[in-house]
Amino acid sequence: MAQAGAGRRYVRAFVSGFFVAVPVTVTVLDRFAYVARVEGASMQPSLNPEGNVTGSDVVLLNRWSVRNYQVRRGDIVSVLSPKNPQQKIIKRVIALEGDFIKTLGYKNRYLKVPDGHFWIEGDHHGHSLDSNSFGPVSLGLVHGRASHIIWPPNRWQRIEPSIPPERMPLLNWHADATEDEEKD
Amino acid sequence: MFRRVLGKTLGFLGYTVQYGCIAHCAFEYIGEFVACSGPSMEPTITSHDVVFSERLSRHLCRIEKGDIVIAKSPFDPHMNICKRVIGLEGDKICTSGPSDVFKTHQYPRLPQPTLRPAISLKPITVPKGHVWLEGDNLRNSTDSRSYGPVPYALIRGRVCLKLWPPHNFGALNQSPTGRIVKRSD
Repeated sequence: MAQAGAGRRYVRAFVSGFFVAVPVTVTVLDRFAYVARVEGASMQPSLNPEGNVTGSDVVLLNRWSVRNYQVRRGDIVSVLSPKNPQQKIIKRVIALEGDFIKTLGYKNRYLKVPDGHFWIEGDHHGHSLDSNSFGPVSLGLVHGRASHIIWPPNRWQRIEPSIPPERMPLLNWHADATEDEEKD
Repeated sequence: MFRRVLGKTLGFLGYTVQYGCIAHCAFEYIGEFVACSGPSMEPTITSHDVVFSERLSRHLCRIEKGDIVIAKSPFDPHMNICKRVIGLEGDKICTSGPSDVFKTHQYPRLPQPTLRPAISLKPITVPKGHVWLEGDNLRNSTDSRSYGPVPYALIRGRVCLKLWPPHNFGALNQSPTGRIVKRSD
């Protein structure tokens, strides 16, 4: 009878452990950090520089820092795709609400990003499904900010926010003149 | 004695974390209580009503036409909106309001480049991955007729039950406006 007792204790320990581990893991993945594999070539050369030949990059997405929808220009963010709600796309933030930008292949040549929206682009122009196809993206769709590349080990690095100089916004409509450039 | 206090504190923290996580999973994946305000869904939902919105439909992509949904506002992610789904992706909506802000729908190119408010009826096709939301109180509702189709991923949940006031407890009524698009195939 000792074996039945041990078996039952094992089952009870497993079930109680399960009910602790699963909610905690789900909460951590939803609120704090998420790990995702980057597929495709739209963010070359920052992410996946050799395509899928040597394996895709795996990035750490910080979900806590976007809980108040605060993103900065130049961040790489993951966003729920406006075209497919079950897919997440990972792109760079080029402009925030109120910025005037010059687009690359969008319907309007120049655009003011509306309130509550932001403009994302892949680093590999031409191979990227981004705001140049579907327009400004609502801030409510932001999922996480890519903070580190964690795989492959020879590409361990912190991802720093940076915008290519030719993609900087032309003007910002809000009274934030100290950090924005005014081009001719 | 210090070790006992430490042990009890850690145990208390452990229980808090565990129950907090279970609460998060319940509110995120099962459903949440929402207090509505504003006149845009009258007479179905009046201001200060409390409703229960379930999250399973949204995660399983089972939102249908005629459902009342809670969604994040496209122009302010901190605010939520409560509207009815009138059309899903691919449906043609006839609307007579001003054109949408982004010019995302297909319509013949106007001869003048400037955008002016259009009073005539024209059909708008809801793009892929978007839904068309309208309030039941058409006269007093800011919805897709002003800001265009809303991405499906902004939807948080489907309202299924009205909880307060108690004399109105129960399921919600069908759309009183008759604006729901029939399947066009």
